[in-house]
Amino acid sequence: MHGFANPKRFLSLAAWLTPALLIGGLLTSAAALYWGLFQVPPDRLMGETVRILFLHVPAAWLGMGGWMAIALSSLAFLVWRHPLAALAARAAALPGLAFTIICLATGSIWGRPTWGTWWVWDGRLTSMLVLAFLYAAYIALAQAAQREGLSPRIPALFGLLGAINIPIINRSVVWWNSLHQPPSITVGKSAIDAEFLIPLLVAVIGFSLLFGGVVLARMRALLADIQAEARLRRRAMEAV
Amino acid sequence: MREALDQWDFVVAAYAVGVIGTLGMVAWAWFDMQRAEKRRDESRRK
Repeated sequence: MHGFANPKRFLSLAAWLTPALLIGGLLTSAAALYWGLFQVPPDRLMGETVRILFLHVPAAWLGMGGWMAIALSSLAFLVWRHPLAALAARAAALPGLAFTIICLATGSIWGRPTWGTWWVWDGRLTSMLVLAFLYAAYIALAQAAQREGLSPRIPALFGLLGAINIPIINRSVVWWNSLHQPPSITVGKSAIDAEFLIPLLVAVIGFSLLFGGVVLARMRALLADIQAEARLRRRAMEAV
Repeated sequence: MREALDQWDFVVAAYAVGVIGTLGMVAWAWFDMQRAEKRRDESRRK
């Protein structure tokens, strides 16, 4: 694990892994969405709208997973001072925010025909909205820290503290009354029929591969920007 | 009076939001990475 903290080794691994994850993710997600749209039967209660499950659940999983990636990378940065760990945290923020917004939007669209409303201020929806705001704040903080030359420990601490919201999102449907259904999948148990569960798992795998590919692409972009700026600064110093 | 809701309209809207959002993010990440790496390589050559 520590070996990959070397930027040169990371770049040689990321050179082939980035397109592999993106192409694999695109193909797997497309297959899962086709399966969900055209092969799965309508649900007894939700009818055709059950097909939104195959987008909404992977987006929710990656919205929360993205913040866990930020928290774990921030912890690795604070403990071992690996600069690549701080970069990984920054790289996970934008795809995490994108999937959180997709989760909120698809959930709202799903809510209208099933609950009769686009939005309710209950525990699950509100804590997910808070996650979107946390992502926006983290992105702004990380950019400001880099621009103003502040310590990268500030966004890392924010990334760790923000992880408090993840168990709140997870348990919100148990702790408070909600229109949102209780957890359908728990450790070793599922309330979802195999006809829906298998394409759902394929969709989660496909979107997770895409998430991994986007994080690697963002890490490569951030690293390249840092290297180019360092070189330009060095050249400017030599010219003085 | 009850509203007549076509469930497929909601499915299509959700898929449009999800697919366009995901593809947009992937394309932006890929092209931004290529832009940054090109800039770094050019700074090496100068």
